[in-house]
Amino acid sequence: MERREFLQKCIMVIVGASVPVSALTLIDPKKVFAENPQIQWAFLVDTNKCVGCGFCVKACKTENDIPFDAHVSRTWVERYVYTKDDKRYVDSPDAALYGFTESRIDLGRGEYKEIDKDNVGKAFFVPKLCNHCSSPACTQVCPVGATYKTDDGVVLVDRTWCIGCGYCIMACPYGARFFHPIAKVADKCTFCYHRLSKGLDSACVNACPFKARRMGNIHDKNDPITQIIMNERVGVLKDEFGTKPQAFYIGLAQEVR
Amino acid sequence: MWQEGERVKSHVWRPLYVVIAFVVALLVFRFFYVPNDFGSGKRGFMYSYHRKSNETEWKNQPAKYSVSGRERMHEYCSECHGEIVKVRSEKLHGIIPCEDCHGPALQHPDKPEKLPIDRSRGLCLRCHTSLPYTTSERHRIPGIDPKTHNTDIECVECHNPHNPSLEGMK
Repeated sequence: MERREFLQKCIMVIVGASVPVSALTLIDPKKVFAENPQIQWAFLVDTNKCVGCGFCVKACKTENDIPFDAHVSRTWVERYVYTKDDKRYVDSPDAALYGFTESRIDLGRGEYKEIDKDNVGKAFFVPKLCNHCSSPACTQVCPVGATYKTDDGVVLVDRTWCIGCGYCIMACPYGARFFHPIAKVADKCTFCYHRLSKGLDSACVNACPFKARRMGNIHDKNDPITQIIMNERVGVLKDEFGTKPQAFYIGLAQEVR
Repeated sequence: MWQEGERVKSHVWRPLYVVIAFVVALLVFRFFYVPNDFGSGKRGFMYSYHRKSNETEWKNQPAKYSVSGRERMHEYCSECHGEIVKVRSEKLHGIIPCEDCHGPALQHPDKPEKLPIDRSRGLCLRCHTSLPYTTSERHRIPGIDPKTHNTDIECVECHNPHNPSLEGMK
């Protein structure tokens, strides 16, 4: 091999090796479309407006046939109370199905804590539900392909295929999934998919008198919800888990997780 | 020596045939058992390996609550109950959707003919229990202590839920 030939081949190898693998893959139009389909549902919670009435929970349980007396719910409202002596309390009695009708904090296991009226520093209510993440941990772990993310951004459970193993319930960082006591499958918020497809708002959005819960299509730039998410200061829950939640919160405190 | 060698060969091959037969049987079973519309969809195998027809099943679930938004709901209800909706929309409770107290009404007046109205004390207490949260929006709603405020009667016996101002008390 001559010196010139050797150098030429060396350069060819270096150039060839420096081309990234990703540059050689063909662009799949289907994949590009998936990143930007027409509709992408997102939820917006304004924690400043919530008064903890629990009408959303009542409407959700009624609309979606979740038994009232079972301690499971697709959505719930949490109460946060900070005392002046720097203690923090969180509770959600019966998922706030009947609202917050007592000032004492439910500590669980039948224990309650009455907080002195003058000791209450700040207090607020935070509605919670499934975040319908862009990279949902729950659908990743399903061993039978029973739970999935739809193209318009909703995470659903296929009741005929779910075997009730509970992996998804454990995988969800937000505790948004539960075992349905009657259907005997994993269950979760569907964003009221049946209502959305009929052009109706989801039951909780519909029931909220204070407009603390709203829903919109974040791929439509003119949607009022998208406008708020783009222009105002909103946060998501447990961002560090990398699940890319699609429920956005106005007025999020760091204790709310 | 040769004969022994052949025997070694067959004892390797026989279980291998069993394994191959098992795999083939599994694939055949899978072919018939897994529905045709099972697929990954646009979001890929990791997040959306599912039965496509299940999306339609969810979409076809019957809804219970009626039209969306309190304005549209008031409009819908006032087609028949105009007077009471008018009273209500102008007063404080106008922000509450009718169905929150009157129950889901998508099929009403066909099914149910009469809505099961929740007149309970608990329903009012959802918002009107006095809680000492000055920083919350809750503070702006007039509240009572349910343990001391006329404990033995329902709220609606004195208060008019459609026109809750204290001047308009029964």
